[in-house]
Amino acid sequence: MKEINKIILEQIEDYNDFLETKMDTSAGNDTILFGRGGVIDSVDFVTLLLDIEQAVNDEYGTHIAISNSRAMSQKNSPFRTVGTLAEYIKNLLEE
Amino acid sequence: MIILITGTRKGIGKAIAEHFLAHGDTVIGCSRTLPDWAENFSNYEHFTLDVSDEEKVLKMFGKIRKNYGGLDALINNAGIASMNHSLLTPIETVKNIFSTNTIGTFLFCREAAKIMRKKKFGRIVNFVTFAVPFKLEGEASYAASKAAIVSLTETLAREYADFGITVNAVAPPAIQTDLIRGVPEEKMNRLLQRQAIHRFGTFEDVINAIEFFLRKESDFVTGQVLYLGGV
Ligand SMILES: NC(=O)c1ccc[n+]([C@@H]2O[C@H](COP(=O)([O-])OP(=O)(O)OC[C@H]3O[C@@H](n4cnc5c(N)ncnc54)[C@H](OP(=O)(O)O)[C@@H]3O)[C@@H](O)[C@H]2O)c1
Repeated sequence: MKEINKIILEQIEDYNDFLETKMDTSAGNDTILFGRGGVIDSVDFVTLLLDIEQAVNDEYGTHIAISNSRAMSQKNSPFRTVGTLAEYIKNLLEE
Repeated sequence: MIILITGTRKGIGKAIAEHFLAHGDTVIGCSRTLPDWAENFSNYEHFTLDVSDEEKVLKMFGKIRKNYGGLDALINNAGIASMNHSLLTPIETVKNIFSTNTIGTFLFCREAAKIMRKKKFGRIVNFVTFAVPFKLEGEASYAASKAAIVSLTETLAREYADFGITVNAVAPPAIQTDLIRGVPEEKMNRLLQRQAIHRFGTFEDVINAIEFFLRKESDFVTGQVLYLGGV
């Protein structure tokens, strides 16, 4: 099965088609998703997260919801970079 | 249209489902027990679940996304009431009412919007009640759970507007279903007198309001609660 960070990067590339200021994914896992240094606004971010959630569920045949209460209460947001999000999703899948 | 309706086993939900089925729409329904009429239509699919059971609901939406490829409308009709003085109402009852009415509505809005946003089109209709503006004694928790739906409707309308999804609510006056069977006739008559039009609501009254919200042309109508009967 496809690696989680690969799925995330693919979804960003797809989403870039709709964005005026494109997200630069050349930093790979260190690509900033959201927050300081990021280029997308919160609505685009929500949309991208949902695309990623769906792509992961399709690939792994699961029904995870990425934005659960743990994500919202973690001190270091898992939504900061591609790497942190991939790590976070892996943990969700293992539960 | 592909329409998801909650609480289709009986009452208003059943009437709405049958209306859209007869009209040739594809209807997906759910309730805790299987309706005895589900087999009568080839364009109907039923999911037996509790609307507040997140795991089952997520699975259902996964299937809808795969098998139907989209969703045009969601009608959040499933609801329960309990008529009792607050001093005599167990907390378990309050929890049940909020689970079905408020949490169920929230969960279905959230999951439906995830699918609808793909096509930049969606129609969500929630269910409120005359018990909210009438501030009916004996229905404190029911009315509170529905007042929360007014608030959800108004806020989600703003959150989902960017995705081309409208969120509105219909608020029927008393309609003769099992839900209000326990209310004494004399009290019912007094309630009808408080409406501008002194009669019970009908299924057709509710369907008419829903059809208005679902129309393509209603894309500028969102965050509204439509009270029927002049409440
Ligand atoms: N009748 C009125 O006077 C009136 C007035 C204003 C507003 N409303 C609203 O209209 C809606 C429909 O009411 P109604 O009069 O048609 O009530 P009803 O005849 O009691 O029907 C309720 C429906 O909801 C389903 N349901 C209840 N709890 C559920 C749950 N936790 N999960 C899934 N399905 C559930 C029931 O099926 P199962 O039992 O099989 O689950 C049934 O199909 C409600 O939201 C109600 O608040 C009614």
